[in-house]
Amino acid sequence: MNPFQVLIQTIVNGLLLGSIIALVAIGIAIIRGVMDMVNFAQGEFLMLGMYASYWINVKWNLDPLVSAPITIALMFILGVIVYKVLIARVIEAPMLAQMLLTFGLSIVLVNVGLFLWGSQFKTIPNVLVKGTISIGGVMVSLNALVPALVSLLMAGAVYWFLMKTRMGRAFQATSMNKKAAALVGIDTQTVYALAFGLAAACAGLAGSVLSISYYIFPGVGSVFNLYAFVAVCLGGFGSIPGAFIGGLMIGVSDSLAGFYISAAFKYVVAFGIYLVTVIFKPKGLFGW
Amino acid sequence: MKKYTVYILIAAALLAAIVLPRLLPKPFEKHVLILIMLYSILGSAWNILGGYTGQVSLGHAVFFGIGAYTSSIMLIKWGIVPWVGMLVGGVIATIVSIIIGLPTFKLRGFYFAIATIALGEMTRTLFLNWEWIGGAVGLELPIKRGDKLINLQFYLSKNNYYYVLLGIFLLTILAIYVIQKSKLGYYFRAVKDSHEAALASGIDTARTKLVAMGISAFITAIAGSVYAQYLLYIDPYVVFSSAISTRICLVAILGGEGRLFGPIIGSSILVILSEYSRAWLGGGGKGVDLIIYGTLIVLVAAFQPRGILGMVEMVKAKRQKAVVPNA
Repeated sequence: MNPFQVLIQTIVNGLLLGSIIALVAIGIAIIRGVMDMVNFAQGEFLMLGMYASYWINVKWNLDPLVSAPITIALMFILGVIVYKVLIARVIEAPMLAQMLLTFGLSIVLVNVGLFLWGSQFKTIPNVLVKGTISIGGVMVSLNALVPALVSLLMAGAVYWFLMKTRMGRAFQATSMNKKAAALVGIDTQTVYALAFGLAAACAGLAGSVLSISYYIFPGVGSVFNLYAFVAVCLGGFGSIPGAFIGGLMIGVSDSLAGFYISAAFKYVVAFGIYLVTVIFKPKGLFGW
Repeated sequence: MKKYTVYILIAAALLAAIVLPRLLPKPFEKHVLILIMLYSILGSAWNILGGYTGQVSLGHAVFFGIGAYTSSIMLIKWGIVPWVGMLVGGVIATIVSIIIGLPTFKLRGFYFAIATIALGEMTRTLFLNWEWIGGAVGLELPIKRGDKLINLQFYLSKNNYYYVLLGIFLLTILAIYVIQKSKLGYYFRAVKDSHEAALASGIDTARTKLVAMGISAFITAIAGSVYAQYLLYIDPYVVFSSAISTRICLVAILGGEGRLFGPIIGSSILVILSEYSRAWLGGGGKGVDLIIYGTLIVLVAAFQPRGILGMVEMVKAKRQKAVVPNA
C-alpha cells in the first residue's frame, strides 16, 4: 500500500469506530436536548446492550445482528423504567443532583455487571458476518462495516422520528419550551420517559453491533462514554446531526492519532480537538 | 442559635476531632480517619469553585496530582523538604489552573464539566509518558526514619498525619469563612446565581472565576502533597485517577454544595461507607462495595438532591412553620 492508501485506510477505520461512538452520542444528545440533563450512564447502557447480545447468543444461538431488535426493545424498556424510578425525581432538581444520580447509576451498573458476569473478556464466537472486502485497495472488515451501516440507519431513523412524526414533534416542542408544550396538551412526563428509553435503545443497539467485533467486559462503557461526551460537545449539545458528525470526527481522530502518533496519545489528541473547538466555538460546531 | 452556643459547639467539635484518633487504636480506623480528613479538605477546596462559584469541575485530580508530584520530585531529586515542595506544588497548581481557566471559563455548565474531564484524562496520559518523573512506573519516596515533623513522615504514630491534615482543614475552613464574608464571597455567589446579572453589575466574572479556581487548586495541591507523603509511593493512576476527581466532587455535593461544613459531613459518610464496605465485601473483585457506594449516591441524589445539610435545613424549616401557628 502506498502512503495515501494507508491514510485512507486509517480514516475508514476511524469512521467505522466513529459510527458506534456517534450512536452512543445521539442518545446523550436526545436526553440533553429534550430534558436538559446529562446522562453519564450512557456508556453503561452500551455495556448492557453488549451483554444482552452475548447472553441471547449463548442461550438461543442468535447472532447479535439478528437479535438486535430484542436488544433494542429490552434497552428501551430498561430506559423507561430507569426514568420512571430514578430520573423523574431529579428532572426539576439542580444540575449537580442530576449529574450525581447518573454518575452513581453508572458506578452501580458497571459493578453489577462485574458481580453477575465477572471481569473476564467475553467474545461472541461464530458471528454471521466476517471476512473483509476490498474497496479500491482499501480493506474493510465486514464485522466493522455492517455495524457502521446499522448505526447509520438507526441515526437516520431517529432523525426521521424527531423531524417527521407526531411524537417527534412533541419531543421538539418539549425541548423548546416545557411549559408551553404542556399547555398545548403534550404529556411531558411521557415524552421524557420515551426520550430516555430511546436514548437507552440507541446505546443498546450500539452495544449490540459492537459485540460482534469487540471484547465484552463490564468496564467497556467508560471509554465510549467519554468519547461520546466529547462528540456531543463537539457537535453542540442537543443537535442530533452534530452529535453524529462529532462521533465520526472523534473516531477518525482516534484512528489517525493511534496510527501516526502513538496509541498512548490518542485520547490526548481527541480531547485536544475538543478543547480547541470549544475555545473558539463555546457551544460546539452546530450548537446555538 | 445564640452566639455562645455556636462557640461551645465549635469548641466541642474541635476537642472531639483532636481526641478521636486516640480512641481508635486500630490502624485501619486511623487510615479511615486520615482519608476522611483528606477528602474534607479536597471537598472544601472543590466547593470554592463548584459550590460557591458554580463552576463544576470533574478534573480536580489534575491539581491533586500536581501537588503530589511536585513535592515528591523535589524531595527525590533535590532533597528539598516536603513542606517547601508542598507550597511550590500549590503555586504550580495555581498557575496551571489559570492556564486552564483562561480558555475554559468561556464555557458554560456541561461544556465546562466535560472540558475538565478531558483535561484530567490528558494530564494523566502526559504524566504516564513523561520519563523524567517516573512515567507509568511511578515514584517511590525516600524513607526517613525518626518521625520528624520537618520530614512529614510518621512511622511511630499514624495520628500525626491526621493532625497535619486536621490543621490544613481548619486553615481551609477559616479561609473559606473569611472569603464568604468578604466582597469576593459575594462576587462568587453573584457569578453562581446569574452570570449575566453579575456581569451587568460590574463584576469581572472571568477574574472572579480565576481567583476561585486558583484558591481551589492551591488547597487541592497541598492535600496532594500530604497524600504522597502518607502513601510514600505515587504513580499517575493513583493521583491523577478520574475516580479521585469524581470523589472530590461527590464529597462536596453529598454534604450539600456551597456549605461550609458540607464537605466534612459528605466525606465522613462517603469514606466510612466506601472503606468499610471495601474491607468487608471488596475481596474477590466482585465489586459489591462499589455497588453499595453507587447505590448510596443514587439514593441521595434521587431523594435529597440538595445534600445532607440541605435535608437538615428543610426539616428545620418545616418545624419552624409548624411552630408559628401555635405561637
